[in-house]
Amino acid sequence: MTSLPREAPAKRLGLVIDLDTCVGCHACAVSCKEWNTTGYHAPLPDSDPYGKDVDGVWLNRVHGYETSSAAGARTVYFPRSCLHCEEAPCVTVCPTGASYKRTEDGIVLVDEDICIGCKLCSWACPYGAREFDRDGGVMKKCTLCIDRIYNENLEEIDRQPACVNACPAKARHFGDFNDPDSIVSELTAARGGVELLPEMGLKPTNRYLPPRPRATMGDGASLKDAPAADGGFLGWIDRALSR
Amino acid sequence: MQPAYSVIFLTTATGAGYGLLALLGVLRAMDSLPDERAFGLLALGLAMALISAGLLASAAHLGRPERAWRAFSQWRSSWLSREGVLAVAGYGPAALFAFAWLILQRNDGLWPLAGLAAAVLSVATVYSTAMIYRSLAAIPRWHHPLVPWVYLILALATGALWLNAVLASLVGDHGGHALVRAICFAALAAAWLLKIAYWRAIDGATGESSTATAIGLGGLDGLGPVRPLDPPHVQDNYLLKEMGFAIARKHAAKLRRLTHLMAFLVPLVLVVVQSVASGPVSLLAAALAAVTVSFGVVVERWLFFAEAQHKVMLYYGTERI
Repeated sequence: MTSLPREAPAKRLGLVIDLDTCVGCHACAVSCKEWNTTGYHAPLPDSDPYGKDVDGVWLNRVHGYETSSAAGARTVYFPRSCLHCEEAPCVTVCPTGASYKRTEDGIVLVDEDICIGCKLCSWACPYGAREFDRDGGVMKKCTLCIDRIYNENLEEIDRQPACVNACPAKARHFGDFNDPDSIVSELTAARGGVELLPEMGLKPTNRYLPPRPRATMGDGASLKDAPAADGGFLGWIDRALSR
Repeated sequence: MQPAYSVIFLTTATGAGYGLLALLGVLRAMDSLPDERAFGLLALGLAMALISAGLLASAAHLGRPERAWRAFSQWRSSWLSREGVLAVAGYGPAALFAFAWLILQRNDGLWPLAGLAAAVLSVATVYSTAMIYRSLAAIPRWHHPLVPWVYLILALATGALWLNAVLASLVGDHGGHALVRAICFAALAAAWLLKIAYWRAIDGATGESSTATAIGLGGLDGLGPVRPLDPPHVQDNYLLKEMGFAIARKHAAKLRRLTHLMAFLVPLVLVVVQSVASGPVSLLAAALAAVTVSFGVVVERWLFFAEAQHKVMLYYGTERI
């Protein structure tokens, strides 16, 4: 059913992504593609993969931005994937019930077997979390690696989303936002984790940790005003070069 | 948003068809339409052909059209599902209406109720179509209170102009029907005013979202503009192909002028010409008005898509939406 669950889900599984430490290496996006092209949403097709018009379905995309402020310029890398919103508009617009939000853990999923490929869910999502599979005629999206996090064939340490496992900078964290002692709740509280597009009121589950203020490097005055040595060997060099 | 031709055809064809069907239902209940079978067959046939062709075109844009029947299940939450349910439900009263008119030739007792029910369901279906767009907060230029009104009044106007053309071809000295001409004139004028108000509103709106709020930097003080540096992919992906369509401002201005002309001004003038002239000139004016408004509304609908900005473009370089 594409009405949202009436009661709050028992768990609210989601990600915390640290924009302070993300280095923009795309490892999360690549490992997402690798796992999911053989997982729940298999396949994630590419068209013309080695040609001029490369296109393909990816469930996670890494953007790079630059900002400048009084404190100086900086680069911010920003991985973008489904935020598993509490008020998910992609769920309520679906005419078939293919797009739904799970009551047990809040994960938003697409049931490919009943999706008619009308694309309305992708129009409804302001975050661009859904990509259409032209070959299969159905919509694809992040499953929070539902086939990893509950997979008893994997070692317990591996039962987390592929993107979290892959991140070399430890910028991605997975857990239950309903549990105040989970890593995601603790990081959100400690670092002031934020929602994306909070003005839209969609109550996304995932949180992003803003970049921390950096130590300023001073104005460089100490380099410009290096005092001249007035005697000895260095004094002689100074006089020779100043001539 | 990428203008999808199947959807543009769907909304313009079903709009005209439902407008025509609703007018037939109401005006026949008021007993103010000719009773002849030939007129009924032509007018009802045109309405049902427009509606059915539009609905079939809508199935063509689906990734899995063979599963289209599943879209009738989620009417509790989805306007697209409601549109489907109402469109199919509308065929019942429309068939009864046609049976009473074309076979039984009756318009007494409870029979007018069939036409009135078809009219109510027609209005509800066009409203649902418009609400599919109106409900999408991710596309602020669609998420606007005037959108359903523009859809409804334009459906009435296009339906009225086609009814006017059919009446002019069959009735008397081709001058048609005074009440229908009045409806054409009033609906065109109202739609024009609404469309002008809508364009003013969307041109004056400054978006509430920025790239900073989209990537979680909205709360940082003293932050300058956020600019894209490294794109996530080098070729256009599904998002950019579907949501990234942008129309040059000069082209939009040209097409708006074309809409003013073809959807509103020319049909209005032609309806006036039709009422003051007589004979073949009247008939020609009525027919031209119907054809012109239909092209005009196609341009209007194309612009409705082409000018709509989707918030995902905040991630791809648009600063505010």
